[in-house]
Amino acid sequence: MHDKSLIKDLQRKALKIRKHVIESVYRAGSGHPGGSLSIADIMACLYFHEMRHNPKNPQWEDRDRLVLSKGHACPALYAALAMAGYFDEEELKNLRKTGHFLQGHPCMKKVPGVDMSTGSLGQGLSVGIGMALAGKLDGKDYRVFVILGDGEIEEGQIWEAAASASHHCLDNIIAILDRNSLQIDGPTEEILSLEPLPWRWRSFGWDVIEIDGHDMEEILDALHEADKNKRPTLIIAYTIKGKGVSFMEGTLSFHGKPPSKEQYIKAMSELEQAEEELNG
Amino acid sequence: MAKVTKKMRNLRDGYSSALIKLGHENENIVVLDADLALSTKTKRFGTVFPERFFDCGIAEANMMGIAAGLATCGKIAFASTFAVFATGRCYDQIRQSIAYPELNVKIVATHAGISVGGDGASHQMLEDIALMRVLPNMRVIAPADATEMEDVIPIIADMPGPFYVRIGRADAPIIFERHTKFKIGKAKMLRRGNDITIVATGTMTAEALRAYDLLKKEGIKARILHMPTIKPVDKAALKKAAKETGAIITCEEHSVIGGLGGAVAQAISNEPVPMERIGIHDVFGESGGAWELMEKYGLTAKNIAKVAKKMIKKKG
Repeated sequence: MHDKSLIKDLQRKALKIRKHVIESVYRAGSGHPGGSLSIADIMACLYFHEMRHNPKNPQWEDRDRLVLSKGHACPALYAALAMAGYFDEEELKNLRKTGHFLQGHPCMKKVPGVDMSTGSLGQGLSVGIGMALAGKLDGKDYRVFVILGDGEIEEGQIWEAAASASHHCLDNIIAILDRNSLQIDGPTEEILSLEPLPWRWRSFGWDVIEIDGHDMEEILDALHEADKNKRPTLIIAYTIKGKGVSFMEGTLSFHGKPPSKEQYIKAMSELEQAEEELNG
Repeated sequence: MAKVTKKMRNLRDGYSSALIKLGHENENIVVLDADLALSTKTKRFGTVFPERFFDCGIAEANMMGIAAGLATCGKIAFASTFAVFATGRCYDQIRQSIAYPELNVKIVATHAGISVGGDGASHQMLEDIALMRVLPNMRVIAPADATEMEDVIPIIADMPGPFYVRIGRADAPIIFERHTKFKIGKAKMLRRGNDITIVATGTMTAEALRAYDLLKKEGIKARILHMPTIKPVDKAALKKAAKETGAIITCEEHSVIGGLGGAVAQAISNEPVPMERIGIHDVFGESGGAWELMEKYGLTAKNIAKVAKKMIKKKG
């Protein structure tokens, strides 16, 4: 059991991330709200509890790293980074805009706090392995978190990386799979079936933990357990695409589409109402 | 002075000896390979520094990503495999995870060009310079011999950001008997002459020097420019050569599209002079003896001299 005030605080943070996602994607007029909303709770747990990092020193050598391999979900990452203090929250309003630094997919050269540039799916886990190997070489105890999309793991490179992480016995890498079960063209099991997922990863030498990706207690417990594992760990987070906004939940249409003005107003009011309920 | 000597040395030997020397000097040097460590000769580094050597298996895409990840943590990552796999198979990994974030990864590819020989077209990479040259932040180098290879490796290790270095499989004659100061982006004028300019890169520079001797016998004085850095190409040397000699031939063991020939043509396009590009003319290679293939595809001193004479005649 975790401290109730911590859980509540993280839930508040997650709601704020969701509001930023809706706001920034709406203002940008393009972007990926669905897969950003599905990882909001995970991002809140990582950036506001689990990860060792310092917004005043983004290049701190001993920091935990995060690779958002599903780079299109960067509105959630940018929100977490801004809220943590890496840059002004006002900048979130300039997502994807000409001359501003918040790119449509993460760019480590432009955005403080972004540990790796991503966007082309399937590459982040390999990069995370490189970071984890460097940590071992340097005798450092930082951890590397890699956020994977479920559609993303259809890429072959993911499986090259999965094999190499266990080959090198990397206990300092934790991958979190956003299992929202939807990819652009349809449900994953219709496009290219991924199940049985836990079995696949275990056969590649990974420890697998399955959780509800919207339950703060389960996320925190899984991260805690992963930390103790002696092998690379995959947390399969069962999530709902578009989580938190009723008309986006479980739908394909908001994978890569911004809300209309009416939808934006409705989404914000739903999220504000959730905030009020949380604050009781 | 540079000359084609009878001493042969493989550029891969130059690579491995430079790597080991660097490994002793700098503990941030790490080396990756993809199950070709005996062929690329990175295995020698691995024997001396096993903890800093990663054989990634036949998984080149993953190797490039791992190299990128190591580089984000302050490592200077040398990633090696055959040119065809390094650049063709991994273009997207290099583009997204290395060139775009401008990470400190040095891709050193071996077995480039048609002189790979027996393995045939599938293994004869003739488009790698073109592929790497178009990437922002990427610099492209093709050293002429093992001595120059030994000069290049520590210099690129010292310069932050990505590099692509391409070498062939075959032994190559030593041209530079002594170590010279290698400068990124600078051509080396190996022979002075004003009748025509022959620009060569990689091991084709030896053929260009031999062509100089053939032409000299007929009273023609060619300027020989060795262009180890194809990107950034030495525009000043090329413009000067165009102005002073009035005709340019490029020589490369690569497609005439997008490689050295392309780079030179683009460099002088505002002040153009007649140009011929010697290389592989938009075809795939084939199996055969290394030298037989070089002859068949016109990558010889004899052919360079022939083309030069034709151009000089045209010039009048």
